[in-house]
Amino acid sequence: MSGITPDLLALQLFTGLALGSVFVLLAVGLSLIFGLLTVVNFAHGAFYMVGAYVGVFLLGLTGNFWISLVFAPILVGTLGLAVERFLVRPLYGRGIDYPLLLTFGLGLVLVELVRILYGLEGVPFDTPPLLRGAVDIGIGYFPLYRLFLIAVTALLVLALWLFIERTSYGLIIRAGARDPEIVRVLGVDISRVWLIVFAIGTGVAGLAGILSAPMRSVIPDMGSTVLVEAFVVTVVGGMGSLIGAVVAGLLVGVVVAFTSLFWPDFSDLSMFVLMAAVLLIRPQGLFGQKGLMG
Amino acid sequence: MLTVENLHAWYDHSHIIQGISLTVNTGEIVSVIGRNGAGKTTTLRTVMGLVAKRKGRVGFDDQGDILMESTHARYHHGLGYVPEDRRIVPALTVRENLRLGLVASALKGQEEAVIDRIAETFPRLKERLNQVAETMSGGEQQMLAIARATASEPKMIMLDEPSEGIMPVLVDEMFDLFIRLKDQGTTILLVEQNVERALGISDRAYIMDQGVIVHEAPAADLLENKEIQDRYCSV
Ligand SMILES: Nc1ncnc2c1ncn2[C@@H]1O[C@H](COP(=O)(O)OP(=O)(O)OP(=O)(O)O)[C@@H](O)[C@H]1O
Ligand SMILES: [Mg+2]
Repeated sequence: MSGITPDLLALQLFTGLALGSVFVLLAVGLSLIFGLLTVVNFAHGAFYMVGAYVGVFLLGLTGNFWISLVFAPILVGTLGLAVERFLVRPLYGRGIDYPLLLTFGLGLVLVELVRILYGLEGVPFDTPPLLRGAVDIGIGYFPLYRLFLIAVTALLVLALWLFIERTSYGLIIRAGARDPEIVRVLGVDISRVWLIVFAIGTGVAGLAGILSAPMRSVIPDMGSTVLVEAFVVTVVGGMGSLIGAVVAGLLVGVVVAFTSLFWPDFSDLSMFVLMAAVLLIRPQGLFGQKGLMG
Repeated sequence: MLTVENLHAWYDHSHIIQGISLTVNTGEIVSVIGRNGAGKTTTLRTVMGLVAKRKGRVGFDDQGDILMESTHARYHHGLGYVPEDRRIVPALTVRENLRLGLVASALKGQEEAVIDRIAETFPRLKERLNQVAETMSGGEQQMLAIARATASEPKMIMLDEPSEGIMPVLVDEMFDLFIRLKDQGTTILLVEQNVERALGISDRAYIMDQGVIVHEAPAADLLENKEIQDRYCSV
């Protein structure tokens, strides 16, 4: 194969990390929600899509990307708050299939609503002027926006990690994922914790949505492929594991990037091959705990 | 302190607790004994609000009837509970487990001071504060569970078979601790298989069998009464 230089490989690695960053953001929320609430959130892709559209709406309203970037996840998180409180909460204690079906249906409803509001066609979302172009990162020129995406993801993962590992609230989250009953015995209203975790998870999905908007087309259906990808990443990393979501997200991104370089025909398939391989060796995923699914 | 009247509890359709009444006065140690499957654990869980289907009356302190209140509300009333299987969080350190006992407490602001005080009372935990909890022995884990439940200084604490599967020196330590807790004013409701030890430190005791209370007496009397002990407590 000609034209494959070390620099090209290194650049493709960065492309993979940027792609993986979106996977990380999605899988982190999915995994956190599953780990604590044992809710398999099939509406996660729809929250991602809503994040992009709220971004479009806010950008139209304010003309300012940065304001949109801050408020779109907050609004999506607020939607998540309402969904947990009024739709998911009544289903706790009835088995894993009830919230699964509910969120599946909710995802369809959200997609239809956006179709009614914005139509089937994609809407444009320009890269903010400050983040256009490419910068020299030593191995070649790399799109500035993708670097920004990697940086935002890194910051968010760091913030989440500090929140979970270093704060009292994080302590409750770690204990509650393992044994919600003892957390209640020790005076914590666990339903509030679940509410907040659901809001954080969906808010981060919304952030992934608006961050992807300048790179992928903003269409009502944009959440459905992403949902599948997010599940693949979560399964590879291990359901309920934050570090698993991060490692697997980046790994899947890099694997997809390299297969599309060497065997473009297989690039869509590669993540499933990776998932199958991981599941054969470690059925609980790279960082998952055995028997979490009961 | 605790007044349970005509308490019933169900798991699905099985009627496990069938009309129990018992009282624990402020400052007492009261034991509940009975053979396996008698319903002791279910009684404590129901008093703690952990069994969904329940009926009757549970009076606590000056709170009135708390039967239908949430579990976390009971903690805030000053009711502590150490469940049967310890339930320390295995992947957390000893210190983190202790902090968990304080996150919802009014003492949260004095976390360091409280943990220092606990470290004095539980010398075994003191040298292991940064150790991952699951790497400790069963007895040490049980001590941790008790320390965690008492960290917030509850008015009353319910303990479910704390001495089960623990080496004798730790059992001695544990029962000494219960006496000290009582001296400090904590009311204790104790479920035990170790009948003689439990009666030895208790004021009164209830005997349970098949979901009802079959006998109530001062602990000293029961300790003498081998016939009752044999009838209801041998396995
Ligand atoms: N989660 C549950 N679902 C259904 N039945 C249960 C459940 N837990 C306990 N039981 C039943 O309730 C009855 C009382 O059990 P419980 O655990 O309260 O007894 P116990 O006196 O604590 O026994 P042990 O001394 O073995 O701890 C038993 O017949 C048991 O099989
Ligand atoms: Mg029991």
